[in-house]
Amino acid sequence: MAAVLARDIFKTFGELPAVDGITLTVPDGEFMVLLGPSGCGKTTFLRIVCGLERQTAGDLIIGGHVVNDVPPRARGVAMMFQSYGLYPHYTVRNNIAFPLKTQRVARAEIDRKVGWASRLLGIDHLLDRRPRQLSGGERQRVALARALVREPTALLLDEPLSNLDAKLRASARQDIKHFQQRVGVTTIYVTHDQVEAMGMGDRIAVIDHGRIRQVGTPAAIYDDPADRFVATFVGSPPMNLLARGDGYLGFRPENFLPKSMASNGNGGVTEFSFRVDRSEYLGSERIVYGVIDGFDTQVITAKLPPAHVAEESIRQGEWHTFAVRNSTLRYFGNDGKRISRH
Amino acid sequence: MVDLVEPIAAKQAPRYRFLLDRREVLGAIFVTPAILYVLLLVGVPFLLAVYYSVSAYTIYDPSWRFVGLANFRQIVQNPVFLETLGNTFLFTFASQLLGLILGKFGALLLLRPFPGRKLVRALIILPWAVPIALASVAWEWMFDSLYSVINWTLIALGVIDRAQAPNWLGNPHLAMLCVIVVNAWRFFPFAIVIFLAGITAVPQDIIDAATVDGAGFWRRNYQIILPMILPIVAIGLIFGVVFTFTDLSVVYLLTNGGPVGATSVLAFEGFQVGIVSGDVSHGAAISLFMLPVLFLVVIGMLRFIRRREI
Repeated sequence: MAAVLARDIFKTFGELPAVDGITLTVPDGEFMVLLGPSGCGKTTFLRIVCGLERQTAGDLIIGGHVVNDVPPRARGVAMMFQSYGLYPHYTVRNNIAFPLKTQRVARAEIDRKVGWASRLLGIDHLLDRRPRQLSGGERQRVALARALVREPTALLLDEPLSNLDAKLRASARQDIKHFQQRVGVTTIYVTHDQVEAMGMGDRIAVIDHGRIRQVGTPAAIYDDPADRFVATFVGSPPMNLLARGDGYLGFRPENFLPKSMASNGNGGVTEFSFRVDRSEYLGSERIVYGVIDGFDTQVITAKLPPAHVAEESIRQGEWHTFAVRNSTLRYFGNDGKRISRH
Repeated sequence: MVDLVEPIAAKQAPRYRFLLDRREVLGAIFVTPAILYVLLLVGVPFLLAVYYSVSAYTIYDPSWRFVGLANFRQIVQNPVFLETLGNTFLFTFASQLLGLILGKFGALLLLRPFPGRKLVRALIILPWAVPIALASVAWEWMFDSLYSVINWTLIALGVIDRAQAPNWLGNPHLAMLCVIVVNAWRFFPFAIVIFLAGITAVPQDIIDAATVDGAGFWRRNYQIILPMILPIVAIGLIFGVVFTFTDLSVVYLLTNGGPVGATSVLAFEGFQVGIVSGDVSHGAAISLFMLPVLFLVVIGMLRFIRRREI
C-alpha cells in the first residue's frame, strides 16, 4: 500500500508556480529522497504533504485517505524542520511529549512513549534539559524523537542535516538511515545535497522548477539519468556533455580515462584527443580539466585514480588519448531528454 | 645562530597620541553626558525630595527644619491617603491588564494580512501619540452627563432608559472605570507594538512544528507563543506599570481626582498637596511612597524574567 500518494499536485504563489504538477507514490516503509536545487519546490511540496500549505490543485492521499482538506494534526504525519523547531521553553521531555499531549493521550502512555523514543535515539539522559543546553546533534535527535513519538504514517524531514557541521553530518546520516530501517517508518526526506540523497534514499525523486525530472534508485539516477538536468545535477563533478549536431553525448568523469586504462570490457571504446589544462590532486582522486579536440569551448573533466595514473603521464598542455567505454556513453536529444543507444 | 629579525630601534610614539583609541578613555567620554544628565536631572531632584519629606518645608514657611519621619507618620494615619494608595494600585493594574488584553488581540489582528493593514498599523499608534490633554477633552465629552455619545447610543439601542442614564464621571465607581478605560486606551498601542515585536520574533519553524504536532490556535498561542514572548511582554509591563503608577495626567484631566477623591492617585495627591496647596514636605512624602512599591515591582518582574529566560 502506498503510504503517501500525490496526484498532479500544483501550487502557485500569485503567478509563480512553485510546484508544477508533481505525481509521486511513496510505498509503505520507503525512504524517499526529494533532491533538487534550492527554490525548486521540494520544500513547498513537503509543506503541502504535511498540511502547512494547501495545494492549488491535485489530490493528496495519506494512508489511504484523501487529506486535501484535512488539517495537519489529523493527517498522521510528523515533520522535522531544518532548524528543528524545538520549543525553547520546554524541557526535552515536554518537547517530545507535546505531540501526544495535543492528542490528549493518557499520562502513563505519554511517559511510556517518550521513554521509548528517547531510548531509541539515545537521548534518555537529556530529558530534563532545555534545548539551548544541547549540542546541534542532540537537538537534531530530540527533533527526531518528537517526530517519531506518535508513530506517524509518514515522517517528513526538511533538510535535517544542514545545520550540522560536516563531520557530524556524516554520522547523523548513518543514524537517520539506521533508525529508519529499524522503525520502518515511511520517510520523505528533502535535501539539495546529492551525497545525502545517494547515501540514504531507497529511491530519489529529482526535482527542478517544480517538476519531477526522474524517480529511481540512486544507481538508476546516477547511471541512467533521464535528462540533461539529472545528468549534470547528480554527480560530482557532473557528467560531461559534448554538444553535437543532433544532441549531446554524455559520460561521467570517472569513465573518461587514459586509453591504456579504458580499453577493457566488451562493446569497445570511443577515443578522444584530450588536452590537459589543469589538474587538482584531492588525495583519493585527481580531477583533470581540459578540452577535447574539436570541442574546445567546453571544459571537460576527468576523474582519475592517482594510484593508477602517474602524474608525469598527464602533463599539462599536452594532448593525450583518452577513451570512454561505449557501454557508459549516454545520449541526449536537443530537448535534453535521454535517447536510448544509437 | 643568526638573528633572523633585526631589532628595530625602539621609537617611542608620543604618549597621548592614541589616547582616544583606548577603550576605557573613549568609553568614559561617551558615557559622561548620560551620567551627568541622570545625576543632575534625576539624582538632585530626588535627593531634594527626600530632604523635603523629612523637613517642615512649605512654601509659606520655607524652613529646612528636620522633623524626622513625622510627615510619613501623619500621611499613613490619613484615611484619604490610604484610599489614594488603593486607588493607585487598582488604577495601575486594571488599566495595564486591560491594555495587555487589548494589545494581544490587536497584535493578532494586525498579524493577519488584510488590505490597508499598513495604514491601520500606522493609525493604531494614534492613542499613544496624541497628546493626552487633547484626547482627554474628547473622552470628557464622551463621558459627559448630558451629551455623552455613549449614553446616547445605549439609549438609541434601547439598552438603558433615558432616566437611568449613567453619570460616568459623577459616580465614584464609574469614574474609576472611566480613568482605567482611558488609560488602557492610551497604553494599548504600546502593548500592541510589544506583542507584535514578540510574536514576529518567534521563528516560523517553531509555529509550524506546533501546527504539525497537532496544536490548534489556542494551544499554539498560549502554550508556545505566549511563554516564548513572556520576557518581552514583562519588560513592556514594567514600563507600563512604572509609568502608570507615577502618572497623574488622565486623572488630573478627566476627573481631577473626583468625585470626592474616588479617582485620586498617588502622583495626583502628591501634586495637589505639595504644589497646589504648597505643603511641599507632605507632598514629597506622599510621592516618595511610590518608590518602595515600584522598587518591589521592578525587582519581582526582573526576577521573573530571569527565571523564564530561555
